[in-house]
Amino acid sequence: MEFRKKWISQFLFATFMLVLLFALTACSQGSDSSEGTKEKEENTAAENSSDDSKEKKMPRVAFVYIGVPSDGGWTKTHDEGRELVDKTFGIKSTTVENVPEGPDAERVLEELAQDHDIIFATSYGYMDYVINVAKKYPNVTFLHATGYKKAENVGTYQVKGWESSYLAGTAAGLLAKNGKIGYVGAFPIPEVIYSINAFTLAAKAVNPDVEVSVVWSNTWFDPTAEKQAAETLLDQGIDVLANYQDSPTGIQAAAERNVWGMGNDADMSAYAPETYITNPIINWGDYYVQTVQSWIDGRWKSESYLGGLKEGMANIAPFGKNVPDKVKQKVEEVRKSIISGETVIFKGPLYDNTGQLRVAEGESLTDEQILSMDWLVEGVKGSIPKN
Amino acid sequence: MDVIPLILVAAISGGTTLLFAVLGGILNEKAGVTNLGTEGIMLMGAVISATTYIRTESILFAVFVTLIVAGILGLVHAILCVTLRTNQTVTGLAMTLFGTGFSAYLGKPVAGLPISAKIPSFDIPGLSAIPFIGVMFQQFNLFILSSILLAIFLYVYMFKTSWGLHLKAVGDNPSTSDAMGISVVGIRYFHVIAGSMLMGLAGCYLVMVYSPSWIEGMTAGRGWIAIALIIFARWNPLFAIFGSYFFGGLDSLGFRLQLVEIAVPSYFLKMIPYIATILVLMFIGWKNRHKPSIEPKSLGIPYFREQRF
Repeated sequence: MEFRKKWISQFLFATFMLVLLFALTACSQGSDSSEGTKEKEENTAAENSSDDSKEKKMPRVAFVYIGVPSDGGWTKTHDEGRELVDKTFGIKSTTVENVPEGPDAERVLEELAQDHDIIFATSYGYMDYVINVAKKYPNVTFLHATGYKKAENVGTYQVKGWESSYLAGTAAGLLAKNGKIGYVGAFPIPEVIYSINAFTLAAKAVNPDVEVSVVWSNTWFDPTAEKQAAETLLDQGIDVLANYQDSPTGIQAAAERNVWGMGNDADMSAYAPETYITNPIINWGDYYVQTVQSWIDGRWKSESYLGGLKEGMANIAPFGKNVPDKVKQKVEEVRKSIISGETVIFKGPLYDNTGQLRVAEGESLTDEQILSMDWLVEGVKGSIPKN
Repeated sequence: MDVIPLILVAAISGGTTLLFAVLGGILNEKAGVTNLGTEGIMLMGAVISATTYIRTESILFAVFVTLIVAGILGLVHAILCVTLRTNQTVTGLAMTLFGTGFSAYLGKPVAGLPISAKIPSFDIPGLSAIPFIGVMFQQFNLFILSSILLAIFLYVYMFKTSWGLHLKAVGDNPSTSDAMGISVVGIRYFHVIAGSMLMGLAGCYLVMVYSPSWIEGMTAGRGWIAIALIIFARWNPLFAIFGSYFFGGLDSLGFRLQLVEIAVPSYFLKMIPYIATILVLMFIGWKNRHKPSIEPKSLGIPYFREQRF
């Protein structure tokens, strides 16, 4: 009896160790592959430096990501830009994933700064850390996405999301037969607010009776909460549901009820092939290539870059298969008139949704004013929570 | 349609994820084992369901594989906590960290692929004809129905059968149970494994029905809410139904209040579930202040047969 029990516990212990071993091998396989790429990077870097005498020196480029490239959203858009850079210049950029917006970011940036020439920090919260590290490494060029602090060797870049939202709103206005549109916003911050406003102005331009109901989910990513926010709006009998969220749950919820859906950041047609319209997307690639090229040519200067439809940084995803041609044509017309400057999105007279005049006749908002917007235009049903 | 039944519908479909997880947690804790691995096991359940369904297109097979994998995770937890007598809190946290990371690793190939599982759903005869609230019982899918039946079954099992008494005895006083000839180790293993399977089902429901595609970290903290709900439900499967739907419906209520423009900050609405938990605990604690606690008394304490107190 005693012997048997001992045997059982030994067996259990052995099983446990096996499970652990399995887990460990799985983990180490993962890290092996990443080490492999690192080695490769070093090799290519070495090759590049040996070519120095013949050609211009290739920069060593690094990208710092807030998430993972498979997130289907923000980080994916940056990683696509990174791929274009690698392909264009035949280099292998370093990427660091899942870097939190905190002291860790400074540590990562500092390590990268020791053996890189250009560093792209792709999230707003890295701002102060970029500035700190840039001071210590004046020979390294830093580019910070969506921030507002610059330095001699720190440039910022930002997308004119309101231009792509305006195109999305045009399509939504044409497709909302009953004039009711729902919009799930993540947080009441300028980025989301100007997107909602441009979207609403565009929808009203093609369909004056449109009303856009806004619900704040207070999360970038929580499929359960996003779905409940979407369903709240769907219960109101809306014809189009737009989602400024990272997960595709809202589009799926709309598809379940056969309502047109829109997402954010990436092409989300796969989640609702029948009812997908389009949504704003971002293309960083051309900007990244230009930046690296100007660094190679030695003419890079710190600037605040703002890219819109004209530059190709702001765009919309390919239309869903059931979107009528008439809608597509109208959207293309609007695109042309924005690029030519004929259509100015935030042009007075503009009233907010409490009836107050915000932009007087004959005036229009500057980029800085748009980037710090904190009011909703007339036609939006909803409010910005006060603290 | 009226607003209240719509909130109830949202509460049921959103709360079912929680209900499975809470029932699983109750089974664990009733046997005297804390399982803080809920979040990790839910994520593993979700990723396994998604992968299996996308590969085989069979709902039944996906559920089956999920149960097995979640059961294995439960077995690991039981080996560590019951046989090797590790600290249950630390082990549970390790399970959550492991599940979060490993599910992300396993989920890479299926991340973002839509899952078009058609789960059978039907109107409940009789109940769905009730005016006003009848809409709650329309389009009931198999997962929701089985979660409710499961809660009722577990209630009967725990409070009306001798097995349930054995379970309670093991959770309250393992050495006495052992002296009575009840296998403490056996009962703990069984309930930890069964409970983990239910947590896996919670993930399965989330990915197959509620938000049909695998997204990394998609439970977004629901596992922790489920752990709070165990206490909220006082280890009673029937209260767990109400607790889960209450928590499940609050998000929906908050969004609707935004639409009617009631001046309640949405941050405040997010706090309601937790304030409610504290209030319920205070109320029950005060009501039962002269009675012994309802919490399993040996919760979190590993059992040593020869230990003297």
